[in-house]
Amino acid sequence: MDRIPILKLGSALLVTIQVDMHDRLATALQEDLTEKIVATHAKGVLIDISALEIVDSFIGRMLDHIAAISRMLDAETVVVGMRPAVAITLVELGLSLTGVKTALDVERGMEMIRRRLDEPEVADGDDAGA
Amino acid sequence: MATTPARDLMEVRSSDDVVRVRQQVRARAVEVGLSLVDQTKIVTAASELARNMLDYGGGGVATIEMVTDGHRRGLRLTFEDQGPGIADVQLALKDGYTSGSGLGLGLGGAKRLCNEFTIDSAPGRGTRIVCARWM
Amino acid sequence: MTPRSQPPLIVKILSEQASSLLPKWTALLKQNGILATGRIKETELATQCRTVLDLLATAIAAAGLDVAAAPYQPLRDLLADISRSRAIQGFSPSETASFVFSLKPPLFEAIDAAKGSDDATALRAVQDVTRLIDALGLHTMEVFQKSREEVIVRQQREIAELSTPVVKLWEGVLALPLIGTLDSQRTQIVMENLLESIVAERAEIAIIDITGVPTVDTLTAQHLLKTVSAARLMGADCIISGIRPQIAQTMVHLGVELNVVSKATLADAFAVALRRVGRTVAPLKTVHRQQPVG
Repeated sequence: MDRIPILKLGSALLVTIQVDMHDRLATALQEDLTEKIVATHAKGVLIDISALEIVDSFIGRMLDHIAAISRMLDAETVVVGMRPAVAITLVELGLSLTGVKTALDVERGMEMIRRRLDEPEVADGDDAGA
Repeated sequence: MATTPARDLMEVRSSDDVVRVRQQVRARAVEVGLSLVDQTKIVTAASELARNMLDYGGGGVATIEMVTDGHRRGLRLTFEDQGPGIADVQLALKDGYTSGSGLGLGLGGAKRLCNEFTIDSAPGRGTRIVCARWM
Repeated sequence: MTPRSQPPLIVKILSEQASSLLPKWTALLKQNGILATGRIKETELATQCRTVLDLLATAIAAAGLDVAAAPYQPLRDLLADISRSRAIQGFSPSETASFVFSLKPPLFEAIDAAKGSDDATALRAVQDVTRLIDALGLHTMEVFQKSREEVIVRQQREIAELSTPVVKLWEGVLALPLIGTLDSQRTQIVMENLLESIVAERAEIAIIDITGVPTVDTLTAQHLLKTVSAARLMGADCIISGIRPQIAQTMVHLGVELNVVSKATLADAFAVALRRVGRTVAPLKTVHRQQPVG
């Protein structure tokens, strides 16, 4: 069975989803990611979905689960690169992925994770100044 | 006006079939000339409905048709299963309602993604869902 | 048409006297004032009439009075073209219909001249003319109607696109100044435009300014919220600015909560947006003070 590759990028993990996901692949990704977060002490997980043409409630649920699991393991999940048509559809579908952070692209996502690492535990706002 | 001859019948028996239905709906949506957003909506609806049929109806048949009503073109999808059926259709359409382990967005969500949506179901009679997206 | 030993009188007239019908027809059209509005030139009209008569003569010789038959296709196409251009040129439905219907009087005259003492033949010819021209006239009207609808749909889309410009205020900051009423169709275009621009400009923050929106009903509010949610899913934040006091009141009455960052004016929203992208507006430290605007 093929699996989605997980890359280590500094203190973060990068997953690029490029295929039309079927259920087993999604389940496998969830398991692999969980193990890898623990093994690498990753503080962030970037999931690049810019290649995905749709996100249905199944994939949405998967993203939510990954975010929840990583949070428990002290890693922040950022979903990056969602296409406009996909975002519109997802909202219409009724899925807002409130537990998931988002960024426009991998670069911005990385910045987000890095900023979290630089900040002391308390700060939650983004009043970074300059 | 008459339905154009393009029509696909697809069995949905596994999660791979759901992926195949999605891809075929996408191809037909492009052929019909739906906008990118409309394509995405109907493909997502197809994904939800095909998966619902697999999870709760024990699988079934998906039909994809390119249709026209005079000057508008569109795509009509039919999902038919011989499963246990739905006792309360109104309830099943409500967000948050689920008899399985999902989020309960499947039916109501799919309905919002379509211009037309009808459910024909009763306990023991299976379920037939017809939905359409127009240009 | 079932073949007869003697072709109907009307077939004979149309295939043999088409050229003599032309001046009478055009004269009648002019008399009805088709040229008065200046929307069509005399030469253009003459060409149209001549072509119609030619095609009609050819069709009737081949297929008799069966307007749905294949030999009539070129004529039907031509009438469709004429009808479409009339719709675009702004002719009224009756002006367009009378183009075809005004062919009747010249034909009746021709029948009268050709009938001799055979009244039965003449009666049948009149019936044939009526049926033939009515069928062609209705075809023309149908196309006319359809073209008008297409024009309306296209204009609606153009207006919607024109009235929703997305402007870049700063690197990473977009603004969408909305003016006028937001219906579902327009909102969908607005939404798509904004989200596409967010990707194209890599914008982190977008300001939706509704100063120019007179009323916000529940549906509009929902559309706005959906746009904001979709932008968030893509990784961008939205600020809504310019909510008028009465709109705020109605929304609260309607039980709609705009659960997003909102600012009173576009300027306030811009200041917030700038801070978000790590910028700020400060007065110049020069001798003469200027308006502190970036």
